[in-house]
Amino acid sequence: MTTLRAVIRARVSADFLLDVDLAVEPGITMLFGASGSGKTTVLRCLAGLRTPESGRITIGDRVLFAADTGVDVPPQQRNVGYVFQQLALFPHLTVEQNIHYGLSALDQDTRRARSREIAASFRIEPLLQRRPDQLSGGERQRAALARSLVTNPQVLLLDEPLSALDHASQSRIIEDLRNWNAARGIPILYVTHSHREVFALGARVIVLERGTVLADGLPEHVLEAPEQESLARLTGHENVLDAVVESIRPDAATMQCRLSRSDVELEVPRAKGEPGSSVRIAIRAGDILLATEPPRGISARNVIAGTIGALRREGATVILQVDTGVPFEVHVTPGASESLGLAVGRPVWLVIKTHSCRTVV
Amino acid sequence: MDWQAIGLSVRLATLVCAILLILGLPIAYWLTFSRRRWTFLVESVVALPLVLPPTVLGFYVLMAIGARSPVGRAWEHWTGHGLAFTFEGLVLASILYSLPFAVQPIAAAFSQVDVSLLEASALLGSSRWRTFTRVLAPLSLQGIITGAVLSFAHTLGEFGVVLMVGGNLPGVTRTVSIAIYDQVQGFDYAAANATALLLLVFSFAVLSVVYGLTRKPWSVTRS
Repeated sequence: MTTLRAVIRARVSADFLLDVDLAVEPGITMLFGASGSGKTTVLRCLAGLRTPESGRITIGDRVLFAADTGVDVPPQQRNVGYVFQQLALFPHLTVEQNIHYGLSALDQDTRRARSREIAASFRIEPLLQRRPDQLSGGERQRAALARSLVTNPQVLLLDEPLSALDHASQSRIIEDLRNWNAARGIPILYVTHSHREVFALGARVIVLERGTVLADGLPEHVLEAPEQESLARLTGHENVLDAVVESIRPDAATMQCRLSRSDVELEVPRAKGEPGSSVRIAIRAGDILLATEPPRGISARNVIAGTIGALRREGATVILQVDTGVPFEVHVTPGASESLGLAVGRPVWLVIKTHSCRTVV
Repeated sequence: MDWQAIGLSVRLATLVCAILLILGLPIAYWLTFSRRRWTFLVESVVALPLVLPPTVLGFYVLMAIGARSPVGRAWEHWTGHGLAFTFEGLVLASILYSLPFAVQPIAAAFSQVDVSLLEASALLGSSRWRTFTRVLAPLSLQGIITGAVLSFAHTLGEFGVVLMVGGNLPGVTRTVSIAIYDQVQGFDYAAANATALLLLVFSFAVLSVVYGLTRKPWSVTRS
């Protein structure tokens, strides 16, 4: 089993230094971060398309880059598969010629056999004689994967390759990729900025922000229970609120907090902090329920009265600003917004479960 | 009609066009992909013939290849005769004069090729040379053909530089444009007209064939 290890320091711009230390085990690891976090720079350094200022990159025992000994294996010899965001299929060649491109050292028969085998793995046999511009989006992704993997790379790097596809096509392609990798077990680093993709595809996630690794581990640990405020915002916790711990209920493993500069109280899961200390509470805008009458007889511990301050629609989401003394962002569906007759100025009640609240630092 | 001059011009243009392709491709490659800060200086030198009067260029080439210059002396040492007022001298001057017409369309075509295609080729194990022959050149074919045709046509029609460097020696340096000039000077308008018309029709035909084969300006790109 080979592991990709990389310590990379690279100056991206005057005020942006990429400084990461990664270990990518066999299987799919997601490299997650907002745009501008340095994800693509990491991939380019790993592939040899960019030389880091310092660091060390190894696959198993093989050294690809070592600043101290001056080793810098050129991209041609790294044996790294790379699927670009725009795929970079050669437009003047057929799918088969694209797949053969990386096999020029082999004889005709071996090449044919290898390309037929990979075409079967990625279900593109009927497309071999077509040009890239005659393929659908999903077919192009499959062709690009096949072209990279037919060379039997030691590592596969994917730069947001599936972000343009619908979820169903994405998961079918990933399923084929997993099957292909089941026998080989190479490390696959998959760059994405979508936390939905992280949950759908990855066994492990590395979170990158402003050029440093913020967290890594299992998606459900790292992204569902973020420990840092920046991570909380990155993972869709739109509300990050300052609060002070009022009291602690050890028996219920909860604590009562009052939001700063307001009378609003929230019950949140017990975390570090004594009464009187400050905490920050992160809540996903989509986890907040909205009622147009005071709700009664419900299990949720937090019911907060407020008024709708602003309302706008973005795609399939209606985004509300609710003023309760502190502003809350709440997301509802357009259908819910219509049937409740939500409008600016309307009084509403926010319902928040205790376990929808995360304390972050 | 001065068939000798026409033959000489075609021979000159073909030779210059071939040499310019060999020289122009690496120069265009270097200009497109070099990250050196002084690339623009080379770019300016290459483009000079576009703005320089042909007589100025011709004058300096004549100085550079004359019997008293190092180049002229070296050439005389190797070949036994001077370079000025010879066909070889004309070839050299024409290469310099038509250089931008070969380099600029090729460099423009190179810079239009998506860099990630070249990176993908490298990551699939291809050397720079293979990336050039298999990806960059095929995708820049239109620019390369345009560069070749323009340098051919430009050499075919040049006048000032030829006059300065080559003079007017029948069968050696008397090109078709100089023949036309001579015919007009001798009030032989009929002959001048015939030669000029031939050049016009030929140039138009070559350009039409090339553009017809390589360009689809009105076609809609399929996505």
